[in-house]
Amino acid sequence: MAVTGGVLVLYLVLHMVGNLKIFYGAEDFNHYSHWLRTLGEPAVPYRTVLTAIEVVLALSIVLHMWSAISLGKRAAHARPVKYKSKKKSHAQGYAVHTMRYGGIVIALYVIWHLLDMTFLVVNPKGRDATPYERVIADFQPSHWYITLFYIVAVLLVGLHLRHGVWSAMQTLGLRSPRNDRALRALAATIGAVVALGFISVPVSVTFGWVG
Amino acid sequence: MKLKLRVWRQNGPKDKGKMVEYKLDDISPDASFLEMLDVLNEELIAKGEEPVAFDHDCREGICGMCSLVINGTPHGPEKMTTTCQLHMRKFKDGETIDVEPWRAKAFPVVKDLVVDRSAFDDIIAAGGYITAPTGTAPEAHATPVPKPDADKAFEAAECIGCGACVAACPNGSASLFLGAKVSHLGLMPQGQPERWDRVVNMLEAHDDAGFGGCTNTGECTAACPKGISQDFISRLNSDYLKATAGGKKK
Repeated sequence: MAVTGGVLVLYLVLHMVGNLKIFYGAEDFNHYSHWLRTLGEPAVPYRTVLTAIEVVLALSIVLHMWSAISLGKRAAHARPVKYKSKKKSHAQGYAVHTMRYGGIVIALYVIWHLLDMTFLVVNPKGRDATPYERVIADFQPSHWYITLFYIVAVLLVGLHLRHGVWSAMQTLGLRSPRNDRALRALAATIGAVVALGFISVPVSVTFGWVG
Repeated sequence: MKLKLRVWRQNGPKDKGKMVEYKLDDISPDASFLEMLDVLNEELIAKGEEPVAFDHDCREGICGMCSLVINGTPHGPEKMTTTCQLHMRKFKDGETIDVEPWRAKAFPVVKDLVVDRSAFDDIIAAGGYITAPTGTAPEAHATPVPKPDADKAFEAAECIGCGACVAACPNGSASLFLGAKVSHLGLMPQGQPERWDRVVNMLEAHDDAGFGGCTNTGECTAACPKGISQDFISRLNSDYLKATAGGKKK
């Protein structure tokens, strides 16, 4: 969970920063999108780096989900008879309780997002448009439900990171009483910055600040 | 105090078991939770019924024998307190109280509220010791121990092995117990020769016993009557990775 999660966090931060290119206008954004595909040329052929990133990501997502499912299965095995009285949580942190259902919502969103932006099958503009036009078309006020789905999923990503980043350090044995406060602050900051960075794009499109 | 109890009754390991209601009319607020159960049992015996079986020993909060999930919380509502040290004044007059055994595959119910915690013994047997010739105690200054290490080791050694961490964990993991036991020897000079074997062997015994995996929810520490910190789980993970991926285990 920790290692694959780390790969995904790194990717999320880069992806979020890349998205912010949209505030520099259509030309910059489309150029960035093109640059991702020509990265490494002529040493490597067109789209090599991007494809490599996609492979690593797909592998990380699959292994991350596999770890989560194995842990869930182990948990079910470890307590075959449940408690009768309502379980009370005494530990700190709301984010912990969003990890499992949040992960499922995020996975569903990623599927939609790939169909929308990578395979272009559910995008209103589709194949003939530029990346910039696709983003603008996606988050028009008439498509408010898509925007809402995006925001919910990204907020859950933020909560996922809030627990996940700290938890990954614990799993890797890198957390200690000395760095605990710093790690909690780091997890909260990464969660908030990633969530707000991603949300800024659809919100700006919906309200016509961009596009 | 008047109380309504809902207690898990189960005749034996094979019995299905169920919650049974009991009413108590005259419980002193100064009684401990176990004394309240003693009163219930005296009433049951007087009526010719089978008394409720529950584990207890020192009743001083140091032996780790008492257990009970009270209203969904191991060792009841008071923080850093074992069931035997919990008093009835922490409850409201007329309150309904659910009493259940620890729930874990590795802790099968023996009878009513008594569970078999031998799985913890198996984990200890896998590495919770140092190999040293016994005899007269060595001279106290022969092995110097840095004070911070001694303090930290003592914090870990506070674990009384009651199993509340397992009972509280949504994953049924015993990682807090394991972390405490691995750390309290691993922090001491005397524990160094077997440090890397210990962590791997004890973790394998933990997994073999059927405990779940840790997802760092922190419920264990919150439920622990000794307040054992999650720091020891991080230390456990660190030692395990050094022993395996780091190649320290020979």
